[in-house]
Amino acid sequence: MNLEEHLFRRESGRLVAALTRIFGVHNLALAEDVAQDAFCRALEVWNLRGIPDNPAAWLMTTAKHRALDVLRRERTARAFADEIARSLDADRELTSVVDQAFAFDSVRDEQLRMMFSCCHPRLPEETQIALILNILCGFGALEIASAFLAGRAAIEKRISRGKKTLAATRHLFDLSDAQCGRRLSAVRRALYLLFNEGYHGASAETSIRAELCGEAMRLTALLGQHPLPASTETAALAALMYLHAARLPSRLDDAGDLKSLFDQDRSKWDSHLVARGLELLEQSASGTDVSVYHVEAAIAAAHAAAPTAADTDWPTIVALYDRLMSIGPSPVVALNRAIAVAERDGPESGISALQQMADRDRLAKYPFMPAALGELELRRGNRDDARAHFEAALKLARNETERRYLHIRVRACRELEPGSDLLMKRDGHPV
Amino acid sequence: MSDFILLFRATDAGRQAAMGTPERAQKSLQTWLNWITDLEAKGHLKERGQPLEPTGKLVDGRNGRKVITDGPYAEAKDILLGFIIVQAKDIDEAAQLSLACPMVDGGGSVEVRPVGSLDV
Repeated sequence: MNLEEHLFRRESGRLVAALTRIFGVHNLALAEDVAQDAFCRALEVWNLRGIPDNPAAWLMTTAKHRALDVLRRERTARAFADEIARSLDADRELTSVVDQAFAFDSVRDEQLRMMFSCCHPRLPEETQIALILNILCGFGALEIASAFLAGRAAIEKRISRGKKTLAATRHLFDLSDAQCGRRLSAVRRALYLLFNEGYHGASAETSIRAELCGEAMRLTALLGQHPLPASTETAALAALMYLHAARLPSRLDDAGDLKSLFDQDRSKWDSHLVARGLELLEQSASGTDVSVYHVEAAIAAAHAAAPTAADTDWPTIVALYDRLMSIGPSPVVALNRAIAVAERDGPESGISALQQMADRDRLAKYPFMPAALGELELRRGNRDDARAHFEAALKLARNETERRYLHIRVRACRELEPGSDLLMKRDGHPV
Repeated sequence: MSDFILLFRATDAGRQAAMGTPERAQKSLQTWLNWITDLEAKGHLKERGQPLEPTGKLVDGRNGRKVITDGPYAEAKDILLGFIIVQAKDIDEAAQLSLACPMVDGGGSVEVRPVGSLDV
């Protein structure tokens, strides 16, 4: 019998969340030890006896027993969560409090509280994401380091600093707190960044990147299950993730080369994910708020609706980018807008939009800025200019996949006759 | 063919380290199950054996009086984690079978002992 993929990882986040409720967040390390111990037991027993019918329930029961052992053994030596402190002397009550912590709804809510706690305003976003991956998704420091192309020691330091801040809060974030709305935005932002790291990320390993996207989607779904305020914005974020995830199978071709949105084999787009994304987008429209996630999801939906790149409704996409520039301007948004303008009005308009970008110097290290100029020059037939731009982009490439992609573009400036089919449909869109 | 018991041992630290991250643990479990399935397919698996809880009691009479203490490993560095019984033509083959055991890759050890028999 085989286990469901990543079951241990997912259950790790659930166990740690439930155990933290019992022990208190100041005892996070103890909660992690007990969860770890439950996994050890699972290995030792399952190795020889095979996998039980309900492995998740087995892990949970084992963790529960260990938690009770710890509580009984250390009730005088250690301060636990306030909730449990009152029951420490009555064993029957203790068992019921522990059972309650492991009930389905409690585990879900504790995971959310943990997620909110990880997004503490004093912690930098990269630390928030590392904490989420470590505590809620069961990723080890080495696994996080390889996903972010960072050193293990740096990630370990990041995680341990983050955990110190968490422990000092004494209590996990209260979802009924007046600050909930603001913290919720930070949580969504962290999940959005986590997804992007998977989607555009630095790691050359596609499997790791797909896992990051998967984890971001799982946690966003968890967030969407809770009747929190501004749930339409969460639905929009989920829609955005589904619509992008649908394209993941076609972002790289069989040789592992990055394909731009214009060159992707759209028959490989996952139609189930598209359908679910569109459903979520519809749900997200029930409120009055229009967030950046709404607009980004609408752009992704417009791409999903086009059977070929040539069929894309560019006027709509430009209008959506205009909207995005007014509610959540950023240099990358401006860059993508300029590319859409070029598609709608021709390469000259695109180039002038790029030149007029207000804070284009913030993209000084972003390879797809010169790459976009290169594509548009190439389309105008200025092959030498185009090549110079692509060579500049190549110097900025952040990983092997980008480097290979840009190499191909540099070569295209030499090899292709102006006006050939390929020239007409290429552009610098990084997605 | 004779019976051999394979005793799986690890230190507590080694146990925790071998478990590593949840993802590693899951992969290691899969490797174990493949190993056992392979033993079974080749007719070597006599008994699936039993896992053992890492803690228990020690009933000790070595110092001239009977004492019951917690933990079987007060002075042992290794914890006995479980056993299986395999069939092999001799102890060398049984040891070869154990060489592929994931326990050994995970920093633990496998002790191979012939099971005593009435046949002489």
